[in-house]
Amino acid sequence: MDVNQQHIPEAGSQHVPEVSPGPVQDKPFPGAVHPTAGGGILVSKLDEVINWARSNSLWPLVFGTSCCAIEMMSTAAAKYDWSRFGFEVARATPRQADVIIIAGTIVNKMAPVLKRLYDQMADPKYVIAMGACATSGGPFFYNTYSVVKGADHVIPVDVYVAGCPPRPEALLHALIALQEKIRSGATREQIKTEMK
Amino acid sequence: MNKEELKVKIQELVPSAVFEEGPEWVTVVIDPAGWEGFARQVRFTAGLDFDYLFCVTGVDWKTHFTMVYHLSSTVHRQTLVVKAKLDHDDPVIGTVSGIWRTAEFHEREVYDLFGVRFTGHPDLRRIFMTDDWKGWPLRKDYEDPVNMIKL
Repeated sequence: MDVNQQHIPEAGSQHVPEVSPGPVQDKPFPGAVHPTAGGGILVSKLDEVINWARSNSLWPLVFGTSCCAIEMMSTAAAKYDWSRFGFEVARATPRQADVIIIAGTIVNKMAPVLKRLYDQMADPKYVIAMGACATSGGPFFYNTYSVVKGADHVIPVDVYVAGCPPRPEALLHALIALQEKIRSGATREQIKTEMK
Repeated sequence: MNKEELKVKIQELVPSAVFEEGPEWVTVVIDPAGWEGFARQVRFTAGLDFDYLFCVTGVDWKTHFTMVYHLSSTVHRQTLVVKAKLDHDDPVIGTVSGIWRTAEFHEREVYDLFGVRFTGHPDLRRIFMTDDWKGWPLRKDYEDPVNMIKL
């Protein structure tokens, strides 16, 4: 086929499919901005603004015990990059972390360590149980003397991710789900505070 | 030297050794009573020089135990597998931590999980489980009603 005779469609004649608003597209800043001369006035509920700010800047704690840690590292790396969503710095110290992603098997010897790390985190803190082992003991549910059958025997969990290991996209989905939970006030942290 | 020559040499050292057919390496089955002497010979004989013990394994067949030692020679680049059959009720074998220092930790692991006693070991105690754990977890007849859910 001769290059000079390629058919170039006219502008406006091609059908561009509509992009449906997904979780990333419809995250508008909560509140209404009223433009006035010399700037604008933002009218909003304080809770919503705080939740919006918290959800967009969750710093995870470096906590990988087992194979899920490799998928977590892969989510943090260049191809699936979780810092697009605000998880910019993964803190090694629990004092500066917001969310703990339990990536891996929790054994009986590790359980008090996990509890101590969770206690050292400052409020508000959130927990994601990544993978089958952290959800329920996973492949080690039967016939083992040493695995805790689910990280929620040790600390309260907000989001569970299924998979062995879950793909990086699945972990990203869980992180976005956590962000939506925070924004709507449905995490354990927020319910506990409300009920006080 | 290739596998055949190695077999001949081992046969000279220990006439009562039996050779198993392994997929890759020369495998010899010996009597546990003669393990320490055999280990010393295999380590120090010129021409054999097996100076790298890279794996110590315990196997629980329900009627007996087997100890499996994987030896390698960094000088001649050959590998030897040694198996020894132990009694199920009282598994005892001599230690080789004086010959290969790494056996100190490997034998502690086999002791911790199977209950095999190593005579002459400088520091035989548990390494994975907590010090007051009762029982030998990797035995086939191990029961743990608190933690284990049976399938």
